[in-house]
Amino acid sequence: MASRRQDSHVQFVQIDGLVALKIIKHSQEEGAGGTDLVQGVLLGLVVDNRLEITNCFPFPRHSEEDDFDEMQYQMEMMRNLRHVNIDHLHVGWYQSTYFGSFINRPLLDSQFNYQHSIEESVVLIYDPLKTTQGFLALKAYRLTPAMMKFYKDADFTPDAIAKHSISFENMFEEIPVVLKNSHLCNALLCELAPPTKRDEKYNFLDLGTSAVLEKNLRQLMECVDDVAMDTNKYLNFMRQNFRQQQAKQQYLQKRQQENQQRQVRGEPPLPEEDINKMFKPLQSPPRLDCLLVANQIDQYCNSISQFSAQSIAKLFMAESLQENAGDSAAASSTSS
Amino acid sequence: MASNLVCKIHPMVLFSIIDSYERRNEDAKRVIGTLLGSYEKGIVEVSNCFAVPHNESEDEVAVDIDYARSMYELHKKVNSSEMIVGWYSTGSEVSVHSVLIHEYYSREAKHPIHLTVDTVMRGGKMNLKAFVSTAIGVPGKTTGTMFTPASVDITSYDPEQTGVEVLQQGKYKPKRQVSIQSDLIKVESACTKLRQMLQQVLEYVDNVLAGKVQADTTVGRFLLDLVSSVPKIDPEEFENMLNSNMKDLLMVVYLANLTRTQLLLNEKINSIPA
Repeated sequence: MASRRQDSHVQFVQIDGLVALKIIKHSQEEGAGGTDLVQGVLLGLVVDNRLEITNCFPFPRHSEEDDFDEMQYQMEMMRNLRHVNIDHLHVGWYQSTYFGSFINRPLLDSQFNYQHSIEESVVLIYDPLKTTQGFLALKAYRLTPAMMKFYKDADFTPDAIAKHSISFENMFEEIPVVLKNSHLCNALLCELAPPTKRDEKYNFLDLGTSAVLEKNLRQLMECVDDVAMDTNKYLNFMRQNFRQQQAKQQYLQKRQQENQQRQVRGEPPLPEEDINKMFKPLQSPPRLDCLLVANQIDQYCNSISQFSAQSIAKLFMAESLQENAGDSAAASSTSS
Repeated sequence: MASNLVCKIHPMVLFSIIDSYERRNEDAKRVIGTLLGSYEKGIVEVSNCFAVPHNESEDEVAVDIDYARSMYELHKKVNSSEMIVGWYSTGSEVSVHSVLIHEYYSREAKHPIHLTVDTVMRGGKMNLKAFVSTAIGVPGKTTGTMFTPASVDITSYDPEQTGVEVLQQGKYKPKRQVSIQSDLIKVESACTKLRQMLQQVLEYVDNVLAGKVQADTTVGRFLLDLVSSVPKIDPEEFENMLNSNMKDLLMVVYLANLTRTQLLLNEKINSIPA
């Protein structure tokens, strides 16, 4: 039974248009347009090889009240939604992000808890700033099975990492997202097309790319600083460890020599002392945070490359327009 | 006067109404629910809604008021600025029962609006109508209420607009699915769209020059604006600007790749046994 569930892996996530709009609206109203984090619950069910998300509801932001309200809020919300025949099965949660910086310890903890109780749960990351610029940025992530096992052991030493062969690349896996609407929704979209079309803006063709790039690069620099510090600590630890090993070896050798000499002289050998008490073993530093930061850097690099690619395309477009204007100006000057 | 009320509705509300209509019970012919939003000097902005279970038969109607109240409380916890501004129902007619329901809602909010969404699509269109109740009749004798229509407008935040646009692309596909595209593809499709528009304009100009179509001064003025909106920059300067921008971007891409390689090397440290 258990093995069968592991095989039925969800291959893509299908989101109803309603859910996407609800997430957008929640982030817009509560998150002050993207600077604050908003979270919520996703509801739906698993069908064949896809995870269908049919509804969602937002979480109130952590105010001065205690967390007990959260559980009660969730229970009541789900009970009420059941009355109107909305799917009340928890299939994941969503979170908004600020410039793509969402890989951190709280996310890992929450996602682990979710995935532990519901195997197919995913976390939907929504980027409000990017969506305001014109690209709908919704991505679904899930922890890989290897990462789940690793986290369960709660042992973050380098040995454990090597045993589970975790690298920062196989911590999270991204699942493709598809938006789907029912026929009635499509009819509604046909109705909505005329009134909303006049607002169709092309603001993603904006050439002012430096602000976004700057922000991304600054965050990248911070992360790289973190990694550098962490690596230093680790190297220090290794150096100390090495020195300790050497000291241990020397001590053992001295001991042996002494014992030999004593044997030669006929005296009883010195008692074996517990080496560990003399040289306290050093604690291996936990490597989980380093992995998370590495993953975050990878994310930043990806988004920077994508953004630069798109900016270069826009620059080429502008160039061709300018060329045409230059050509026509030259042509008109020669003709007149 | 309440009759020149303007209703601004967010697309999400309409989607939600349709969703609750699709999920209605077997015997229910229509769905009703509460509309939440804000009210400001003659403009009602409807930004959220939730369905309310109700039973309706020939001569009576029962609405689960406790449910409505508890849902409203829950929603208020998330967004405390949303108030009840009215209620909605699917189906295009305003029946006698609607008056009763409207009375209940007028106790919860002042000037509640009643929105009808015609999901059965009489006449091939999904009509959206909003009503406000006004008192009619002879004062002192029999009075009644009448539903007067109010104007409906669709409004949305910028990101909502983007979301709706993405959904629009899925309308005509056989599977009604649309996958989230990468940035580059979006820029490419915008480029092709612009090219098509320019093509149309060029065709029009050619036709006018050949005398096939009569020239229109307003269109001509627009064309003049269009051509002059391309900024007149010295070509050399433009080359310089373009190149320096390009160099910045390429450098950033190079740095990003370098960082990633560095990360992979860093990973190797983890695999050295302690």
